[in-house]
Amino acid sequence: MLMKPPLLSLGLISATALAYEILLMRLFSIIQWHHFAYMIITLALLGYGISGTLVSLLQTTLLKPKHRWFHITYPLFLFLFSLSSFGCFFLAQSIPFNPEAIIWDTQQIWNLLGIFLLLSTPFVLAASAICLVFIHYPEQIAKIYSMDLMGAGFGSIAIILMLFFVFPITALLIISLSGLTATLIALQETQQLSIKKTINKNATRTFSFIIVLTGLFYISSFQYWQLNISPYKDLSTTLNIGGTQIIEQKSSPLGLLEIVESPKFPFRHAPGLSLHNSQEPLEQLGLFSDAANMTAITRYPDELEKLSYLDQLTSALPYHLNTINRLLIVGAGGGSDILQARFHKTQNIDAVELNSQIIELLSNQFAAYSGHIYLQDNINIHSGDIRGFLSKKESSNDGNYDLIQISLMDSFNASASGLYALNESYLYTIEALQTYLQHLNPDGYLAISRWVKTPPRDAIKMFMTAITALEQYQIQPAAHHLVLIRGWQTATLLVKKNPFKVSEIEALKQFCQARAFDVVWYPGIKAGETNQYNHFREAYFYQAARALLNDMDSRQQFLQNYKYDVNPASDDKPFFHHFFKWSVFKELISLREQGGLVLVEMGYIVLFVTLLLAIVSSIILILLPLIVFHFRSRAKAEYSLSALDRLQLFIYFFSIGLAFLFIEIAMMQKFILYLYHPIYAIPVILAAFMIFAGLGSAWTKQLLLRFSAQQLLLGAIMGIVFIGVFYSYFLGSFFAMTASYPIIIKIILSLLLIAPLAVCMGMPFPLALGALSVSSSSGSSNTAYIPWAWGINGCASVISAVLASLLAIHFGFNLVIIFGLGLYLLCLITFTMPGAHALS
Amino acid sequence: MKQTAHKKRICSKRLCILILVPLTFVFLALFTVNEPIIPAIQLASPVEDHYMQKRQQMVRMIERDVHETSQYLDKEALDPKVLQAIHTVPRHKFVIPETLTEAYRNIPLPIGYGQTISQPYIVAIMTDLLKLSASDTVLEIGTGSGYQAAVLSELVKQVYSIEIVVPLGEQAKQRFKELGYTNITSKIADGYYGWEEYAPFDAIMVTAAASHVPHALIEQLKPGGRMMIPVGSHFMTQQLLLIQKDTDGQIQTRQILPVRFVPLTGEH
Repeated sequence: MLMKPPLLSLGLISATALAYEILLMRLFSIIQWHHFAYMIITLALLGYGISGTLVSLLQTTLLKPKHRWFHITYPLFLFLFSLSSFGCFFLAQSIPFNPEAIIWDTQQIWNLLGIFLLLSTPFVLAASAICLVFIHYPEQIAKIYSMDLMGAGFGSIAIILMLFFVFPITALLIISLSGLTATLIALQETQQLSIKKTINKNATRTFSFIIVLTGLFYISSFQYWQLNISPYKDLSTTLNIGGTQIIEQKSSPLGLLEIVESPKFPFRHAPGLSLHNSQEPLEQLGLFSDAANMTAITRYPDELEKLSYLDQLTSALPYHLNTINRLLIVGAGGGSDILQARFHKTQNIDAVELNSQIIELLSNQFAAYSGHIYLQDNINIHSGDIRGFLSKKESSNDGNYDLIQISLMDSFNASASGLYALNESYLYTIEALQTYLQHLNPDGYLAISRWVKTPPRDAIKMFMTAITALEQYQIQPAAHHLVLIRGWQTATLLVKKNPFKVSEIEALKQFCQARAFDVVWYPGIKAGETNQYNHFREAYFYQAARALLNDMDSRQQFLQNYKYDVNPASDDKPFFHHFFKWSVFKELISLREQGGLVLVEMGYIVLFVTLLLAIVSSIILILLPLIVFHFRSRAKAEYSLSALDRLQLFIYFFSIGLAFLFIEIAMMQKFILYLYHPIYAIPVILAAFMIFAGLGSAWTKQLLLRFSAQQLLLGAIMGIVFIGVFYSYFLGSFFAMTASYPIIIKIILSLLLIAPLAVCMGMPFPLALGALSVSSSSGSSNTAYIPWAWGINGCASVISAVLASLLAIHFGFNLVIIFGLGLYLLCLITFTMPGAHALS
Repeated sequence: MKQTAHKKRICSKRLCILILVPLTFVFLALFTVNEPIIPAIQLASPVEDHYMQKRQQMVRMIERDVHETSQYLDKEALDPKVLQAIHTVPRHKFVIPETLTEAYRNIPLPIGYGQTISQPYIVAIMTDLLKLSASDTVLEIGTGSGYQAAVLSELVKQVYSIEIVVPLGEQAKQRFKELGYTNITSKIADGYYGWEEYAPFDAIMVTAAASHVPHALIEQLKPGGRMMIPVGSHFMTQQLLLIQKDTDGQIQTRQILPVRFVPLTGEH
């Protein structure tokens, strides 16, 4: 019976399932909103946990003896995965789900549950197939786990690359077909397992024929596959207006870009405009990202004078305080900041845009429309992350920009309802602000514009971040180096290395008066000057600025008493968009009838609810098989572990699941800051972790010939702890040393750094799973517990990903690493614990 | 003989039960699950009574909520005329059939085309903040279902309303006609330029999403007039922007949070 495990199909299904996970996240970000996509997909991954339970149940009931059924069940699960990968998605997207109504409409909860169950199905099937291989080839667990991890690693790279070339819906077709291919391979690989060869041959042929037919069905029906975008997304409502149509689409892993023209009713997108402005914005095209977040591409005018409305924005302030010759624009997007600079006759412009597809659109199809703004001689456009861009520039003591302009980059609604709370952003951290300051000339300005919300949040947090950055930069008193103004929609903060001069303050007052903007802070401001044009109940902004600048006591008191978290974001806690405070939650809930819920930051709540749901589901999923085994008398012989042994097993596999992702996620954050471009950083690091861990797993087989499992585990975990601690202390300085190296060298260095850590991290899981399958001194093996351990690990991974974000929001990523290392140590203790014999 | 008679009795009993029980269920179901159906089949007035009662409850709820929020809206209670208007307008005639049973809950409801009918509490506050009088003319940008226009029409002389989405505009027009709102004039057009023909207006309500306040609307506001712009998503109003034009034509704005909430506690 000892045969080669079906490694090829296993690797392919692992790759396909991981690619499917990333793709689902993309698809649901388009049809719904990012944070709900996050919640739904995270919960769907509990499918891995469910698979453990499912296989446990199957092997105690249907699949006895298990060897007789493997060659049927394994390909069948793969086939069903393929069917469900497309079927369940289309069913799930046809369920009308409106996240905002969930508060008052209980039907939405059922809809959400339905979506979750549908989407978890493909993961249950894929994970069950993998689990079946584990229990069928218990001697080769290390090899199988290695293939599983490496497959997943390649899958993550494949899907990111794929999304550059095809639309998400086409990627779905490719994934469904890939599932079918895995099934065909699996059929070939398992054919020799059957006892009755002749019957099996015919069955295989028929099954293969069905698979090919299914593939043809996918391809022929593809033209009818369509995304069902929520009617409440900006793109959907825009397309309801007569004459609008999508004229161009671009896909990338960053998002789906859609360009819409509306010849009958112009877009006129210009948020933050003064009420005194009398000029209508110029003709525009709407640029939607993931069917929301609209920005505009403006038709380049024949005369620059026609852009005068761009001088009526709060972000135009720096142009009135000094002459701007050298400008750096962060987030060039559709180009309105460039137009604003052009209007003010700024000649030398560096512009950085993360999304290369926007640059491509404005340099090709829409180059003429946008007046070739990205192609003009004195404009240098760079694709990538701003901090990556600055790290490559020579950092002398004084940089040479007169202005670094960071405008609005998110939409008001998403921002106001706190949907970005989970998104790490390295744009607005203390360290980022210091980098910007470094590249300014002494009289240059850093200008950051944010939405004005009621009650105020962003602008105050930005102000606090600037104060901290200045103080750490030894520029004091910070009060002399800051200016904050606001309109009814936007606020603009200016930071300067030299103190603001009297002439600048005079110009500032004139600028604000002419546009009915309020001054919030300038050196020497008096309370009576604030809150004049756009009234808040109280001068909240000024009160905040005053309290934050006054002295340490009043600052601390303010930060504590303010009902939103306005502590500055740092590279270790890069959650600028997180404002939620638990202390205020109760008050807001008590105001739910009077509209209080709009003030609850949904992003954080979603994260928290996801964690709760994941924990509750995990408890059920982990306990269920136990209850079933131990009440079924006929299974008792196989499930012989004592309660203490089971606890030991549980702690071990749960800790590994948590620890692996804790370390992986926290390290990923560190490497994002090194490689800077998330598009390269995330897949490279994710894949590196999985592939190297896969190699580590494969290596255990050889190592076990020379060392005992205990010795090997001790070595692996000590390795993880040592490298983890070492990296926590020295990675920062190493990154700083090599910051200006070319990206390819940095990627190679990253891979070399991840390799030893990941290889060690790949060992604990197969070692323990292997130990379960080895016959103990009493002669019985605990193979029957493998699915249970697999399920625990699956549940722990889901909890881990959510918990890591939550811990990072409150304590920072460094602490997440320490937690991870602690959990690995716990595994070590559990594994070598005397008395218990499940693993030893 | 006796036995057959006995059998027959049992049979008829069973038949009675078989017929009566389901019937009772059907009636019960009709009464409890879908209240409007029964009155609709019988008489018109009980339906109206039923809705009137629900409307009354909703108005009372709004009154209570406003009272609690009063300090933050700078007033003790809403203008009784506004509450009366909300009490008069049959909101159930403005919602889509799928949400009929929800018509008098204090929540926003979808009306199709990605648009919504606002939460009555917000409608009441916004209307109140416009400080309308019976001789006023009001411009509304974004007709939607027409509910807001109907509430306004109860309070002022004339309402002009503009909608950009064709089917919504047509439905609203039809609705105004059927319900007899003769003092509402609506059209399907681009609200950006206001309605020059009937300008200036005593008040303007902008319920359509806009990235900025169009200059034409400020121009078409009478000195002393007020403009209200709710800001937020389709279902959730984050804040209200009130624009006031004083008698000299100077513009002032107020940012109003329609919730009883102060961001700062303690000594500041």
